[in-house]
Amino acid sequence: MNTLANAYNALIVDLPPLPEMDEKSERNQNGITGLGHVLEPGEIDVSHGTILYLEDVTVSFDGFRALNKLTLSIDVGELRCVIGPNGAGKTTMMDVITGKTRPDSGKVFLGQTFDLTRMSEPVIARTGIGRKFQKPTVFENHPVWENLELAMKTDKGWLASLRSKLDRAAQARIEETLELIHLEADATRYAGELSHGQKQRLEIGMLLMQQPALLLLDEPAAGMTDHETMQLAELLNKLRGTCSMMVVEHDMEFVAALSGDTGRVTVMAEGSVLAHGTLDEVKRNEKVIESYLGR
Amino acid sequence: MTTPNVSANLDVAPQPDEQARRAGFALGLPPRAALLPRSGWIALIAFVIAMGICVPIAALVLPESSTFHLSAYSMTLVGKLMCYAIGALALDLVWGYCGILSLGHALFFALGGYAMGMYLMRSIGREGNYQSDLPDFMVFLDWHKLPWYWQGTEHLWYALLLVILVPGILAWVFGFFTFRSRVKGVYLSIITQAMTFAAMLLFYRNETGFGGNNGFTDFKRIAGFPITSASTRTVLFLMTLGVLILAFIAARAIVTSKLGRVVTGVRDGEARLMFLGYSPLAYKLFIWTVSAILCGIAGALYVPQVGIINPNEMSPGNSIEMAIWVAVGGRGTLIGPIIGAFAVNGAKSFFTANFPEYWLFFLGLIFTLVPLLLPNGIMGLIDIALRKKKAGGHSH
Repeated sequence: MNTLANAYNALIVDLPPLPEMDEKSERNQNGITGLGHVLEPGEIDVSHGTILYLEDVTVSFDGFRALNKLTLSIDVGELRCVIGPNGAGKTTMMDVITGKTRPDSGKVFLGQTFDLTRMSEPVIARTGIGRKFQKPTVFENHPVWENLELAMKTDKGWLASLRSKLDRAAQARIEETLELIHLEADATRYAGELSHGQKQRLEIGMLLMQQPALLLLDEPAAGMTDHETMQLAELLNKLRGTCSMMVVEHDMEFVAALSGDTGRVTVMAEGSVLAHGTLDEVKRNEKVIESYLGR
Repeated sequence: MTTPNVSANLDVAPQPDEQARRAGFALGLPPRAALLPRSGWIALIAFVIAMGICVPIAALVLPESSTFHLSAYSMTLVGKLMCYAIGALALDLVWGYCGILSLGHALFFALGGYAMGMYLMRSIGREGNYQSDLPDFMVFLDWHKLPWYWQGTEHLWYALLLVILVPGILAWVFGFFTFRSRVKGVYLSIITQAMTFAAMLLFYRNETGFGGNNGFTDFKRIAGFPITSASTRTVLFLMTLGVLILAFIAARAIVTSKLGRVVTGVRDGEARLMFLGYSPLAYKLFIWTVSAILCGIAGALYVPQVGIINPNEMSPGNSIEMAIWVAVGGRGTLIGPIIGAFAVNGAKSFFTANFPEYWLFFLGLIFTLVPLLLPNGIMGLIDIALRKKKAGGHSH
């Protein structure tokens, strides 16, 4: 347990802070916000402190409104937990953010400038959104290290891939991540041979290799043992500050471990936000008790 | 709450020399995977040298009475099989590695063959039945000048360019529209089948200008050499062998590169790959177009050796047979399809010579039994045997 925590720490220190974060803090120090700042093409503009912004997003499937005027925003560096009963539209929301589903109406912005409703899945991923699926999704016919190599933040064009060489720096990054997710001994095994918990860790490692600005985690603790769940909560807590995160989860203990006393929790129901606040606040909320917790 | 930890760690700040810090664990991988193991290279080079010496001697020097004489018949047969093997290798790149089952690869094969055939028809010159500059079938149709798309085909270099460009461009355009629309699986297979069927109907028409259902035949010479002479045949045979080996090495280079790993990622988890930031379209188009070009080259080598090309080569059945070679040999291995092409066609030659009426039954039997009993084909069988041997060795 301790060695794992140390390994996590090592990586946190080693992880270069994202340029977006640097820029933001620099701008804030200089007192520059909003108007008049220089915008780097391809970089996420978080000068207003918001990494993700959804406004009045509606998605219907055959008349069923999976999302109903959903409005939600996430601050830079925040770890936001989203809870809600089945069918509340949590996964649909992630589909909309990652470009898999196009909303019927509404705005979805990454930072100030990236309109996610007009971007394809790969472009959104390259711009800085990593997504963890509910079921661990790794390349089972590839060795563990190749999974991480494929995920690494780099030129994802076909020509670059054809010419790509695994240089020392890339290998060092893979090694660091392997240590962090504690899969050093399994580096050359096929990912298909891993246990469920190991696959979950590998997928999180893949997301870290992407160096995303925003991480979306869809029920990351599903199918994990209690011990593994708490390890995961610790890992995500350690990642605070390196990227913003949105975690969709059912496991209330896990949510409590992630949000602490002050973290904000969003409760979704029937495709829109039902309540919003710290975990204690939402637990006391009448509407929430009625629609979700009380049952 | 993490601050104390972080600062504590900063005190033992990671040095730029990361290797020293992480002495305990290093992957130690080479920048690129080796194309072939050392023993593989040695075996390949030895094989090439042996073939380069033995084939010309057996075909040209030894008298026909000798048991080691290589007859024109067997040389053509093996040459033909090598062309099939190149085609199977090409199909395996898209099917075995990218998960796209094409049932239209015979079209690319035939298009390469037709491009070469156009050159061979023009090389007949005035030695045809009608002693005209035009190919015989055009005289027969009462055409008085070459259609525009026949211009320049008297030059070998231009024909070779067509061999690459025509299948390549067709494949790219076809691939662009189908892959962009995210057509997958059995639907894609059906569309490729429809594509080759449509092309076959088009080429059957006399007005298309490719000799209708007779196609091209009665070739006289290639690059100035008589096409039926033993020495020309030997050169064509060795060239085919050379192309097969180069194609194998090129395919190895592709599948061992990172691009190859992304392509297998497309096969195994396209959605995951997209959320990692890869656009599968570009990768599919690359592997699909390379495969089509390789198939076209195989067709171009096939036609001068077999001496005929007609629209039958585009029939859906031919494409399905190609898929059988790959399945029998072993998908997703590069040696497998080569073995499969030889094994199935060897069986075909044997059956059609000895029990001609049973060949199709046998083919059907292979097609049903192989996926059932040998999902990884002959290579899978070899793999199992090797593993058993290894396990046996350990227990002793």
